[in-house]
Amino acid sequence: MTDIGMNDLIPTQTSRQRGVKASEAVRRGLKRRYAAEARFKAYGMIAIGLALAAILTLFTTIISSGLPTFTETKIQLTVHLDEQVIDPSGERNPETLARANYRKLVLDTMTDLFPDVTGRTDKRDLRGMLSRGASYQLQQAVIADPSLIGETVSFDFPVASVMDLYSKGIFDRSVPESDRPVSDKQMVWFDELRDKGVIFTTFNTTFFTNADSREPELAGIWGAAVGSLLTMFVTLMLSFPIGVSAAVYLEEFAPKNRLTQIIEVNINNLAAVPSIVFGLLGLAVFINFFGLPRSAPLVGGMVLALMTLPTIIIASRAALKAVPPSIREAAMGLGASRMQVVSHHVLPLAMPGILTGTIIGMAQALGETAPLLMIGMVAFIVDIPGSITDPATVLPVQVYLWADSPERAFVARTSAAIMVLLSFLIMMNALAVILRKKFERRW
Amino acid sequence: MGDVTNSIAEEAKAPPHALAKDEREPKFVTEGVNVFYGEKQALFDVNLNIFENEVTALIGPSGCGKSTYLRTLNRMNDTIDICRVNGRVELDGTDVYSNVIDVVHLRARVGMVFQKPNPFPKSIYDNVAYGPRIHGIAAGQQEVDAIVEESLQRAGLWKEVKDRLHEAGTGLSGGQQQRLCIARAIAVQPEVILMDEPCSALDPIATARIEELIDELRQNFTIVIVTHSMQQAARVSQRTAFFHMGYLVEVGNTEKIFTTPNDQRTKDYITGRFG
Repeated sequence: MTDIGMNDLIPTQTSRQRGVKASEAVRRGLKRRYAAEARFKAYGMIAIGLALAAILTLFTTIISSGLPTFTETKIQLTVHLDEQVIDPSGERNPETLARANYRKLVLDTMTDLFPDVTGRTDKRDLRGMLSRGASYQLQQAVIADPSLIGETVSFDFPVASVMDLYSKGIFDRSVPESDRPVSDKQMVWFDELRDKGVIFTTFNTTFFTNADSREPELAGIWGAAVGSLLTMFVTLMLSFPIGVSAAVYLEEFAPKNRLTQIIEVNINNLAAVPSIVFGLLGLAVFINFFGLPRSAPLVGGMVLALMTLPTIIIASRAALKAVPPSIREAAMGLGASRMQVVSHHVLPLAMPGILTGTIIGMAQALGETAPLLMIGMVAFIVDIPGSITDPATVLPVQVYLWADSPERAFVARTSAAIMVLLSFLIMMNALAVILRKKFERRW
Repeated sequence: MGDVTNSIAEEAKAPPHALAKDEREPKFVTEGVNVFYGEKQALFDVNLNIFENEVTALIGPSGCGKSTYLRTLNRMNDTIDICRVNGRVELDGTDVYSNVIDVVHLRARVGMVFQKPNPFPKSIYDNVAYGPRIHGIAAGQQEVDAIVEESLQRAGLWKEVKDRLHEAGTGLSGGQQQRLCIARAIAVQPEVILMDEPCSALDPIATARIEELIDELRQNFTIVIVTHSMQQAARVSQRTAFFHMGYLVEVGNTEKIFTTPNDQRTKDYITGRFG
């Protein structure tokens, strides 16, 4: 369009001539303008395509490697609960019951399945097909109901994790025997038992009800999930009221001066502080100075609350700012006090935005690992925490711990734990959308 | 400029008390009012009296300070951080900027209706009941019901909304919303109602409806109205004040302002030469 210079617009031209010239210039430029628009659209579509492909890859990898965890291989054994082995005195003393040699009972039952197996190594291999958790399961059953002693009872025990992997086809005969943890003989026995229906596959409830364990077949996500819930509870209880009050004060009451400006800048900066720094702060202040228990959801929740506060304050202030001033004026014009204006009108209208911000902050906290490492929530915890002061771990830390474990079977469990964590996050985000839709009001 | 008391005889249709307004006590007395927004001065030394049970119209071109003046009367300017007011603003002889009167109490006595209808995003009933509730004017549900009905009736909205009191106030038409805002203001039983261009967002029919309403409300309330429409000022007001560039140029009987203004600027404005 450089050809329309000032010289072309000399006054001798009629307005009609000028009009023709201008429309000619517009027409010539049109093609280029549309091309630029098409290019921009194409870039956008390529970017979105790449993002979708990345997400798809992520999800397929995680789901395909995590899915085997949702089934488990079990063996049905009929165990004779010999009184001579469990409680020869017949007193049914709980301590005796707890200490009895259940291991011998299950292992004997195991060897009885194949009476012709005699060699020491073979017997060890045969017994090794059963999970170490079997004797514990037997112990729990007897303690819960001592009348079982002397009876012959059928139990479903988990098999050892390597056999579970074999059952799921992770190892097969094409792998040389020396390279796999399952021997040829174990494979034969396993196949025979499976054909007889003694070994079968079911939905893995263990994974969803147990806490962590050294044995992959006994390790579950529930302990970490409860730990996460307790931690989130503490975080929410602290950061929501404090964050919203701070936002309301800064937005509605605080004078606009240098001090509040400094506070505002600092809150924005806090949102960008690396989370591990908050972990160190928690370690130094909450644990070392105030002597709160380490590894506890209480301290984890407090540290994550510190981390979430800036997010909640910033989101809440934005939501409060978005409430139209006409509503404030209307209430003030009627003689509502400042507190009434805020609590009756401004806060309810800002609530959807505040809740969305809070849930985003909580989702961030749910996925946070680094600060919790500093306060000892990275511990190996086999008990499901019962309160906020019990030692606990959380879902992302559980993912980290399992990813770090040498046993092959933890690979699938790591992916399954990621799936559980992601579904928690998706649920929270869905909740945010629902709340926003539900409380959204028009004015 | 000061308060130019007019000597022209009132027309017969004018209310009888307007004839004797010099002897009456003004509702609002403002003396030497200056308003600043930061460094910028928006009002210069305004002296204006507002009398009971009549409509005072504030007219003038955009940015002349008429809305600023209106908002000094119920201290709505307090909500703007950089705004400073000096001079005397007296309501019934009490300085509203002194410690004697609380701002919440002042706003309960001096209600306000805004340019854009701004009902709360609540039900029609709750909109009207809000003021009486927060001020504790009504004891019990029945009394609140009675106030809501009476206020809506006085605002001429009762017939249209009586079957849907619990529907959202924001679902009404623009004119109905503005009448709802008027009902909401009178539910607090104020002494004065300030109206800041209440019809500028409305169509001519809704405007006519509001103007009729203003005329009826004059029986019970003192009304100050800011308007851009000179016809509206002429139709609804008994007294008119003309503001220009932050100064009160002229004030007097509406008839006189529109027929024989003293000041050349007033004359130019009402004949449409500027503004």
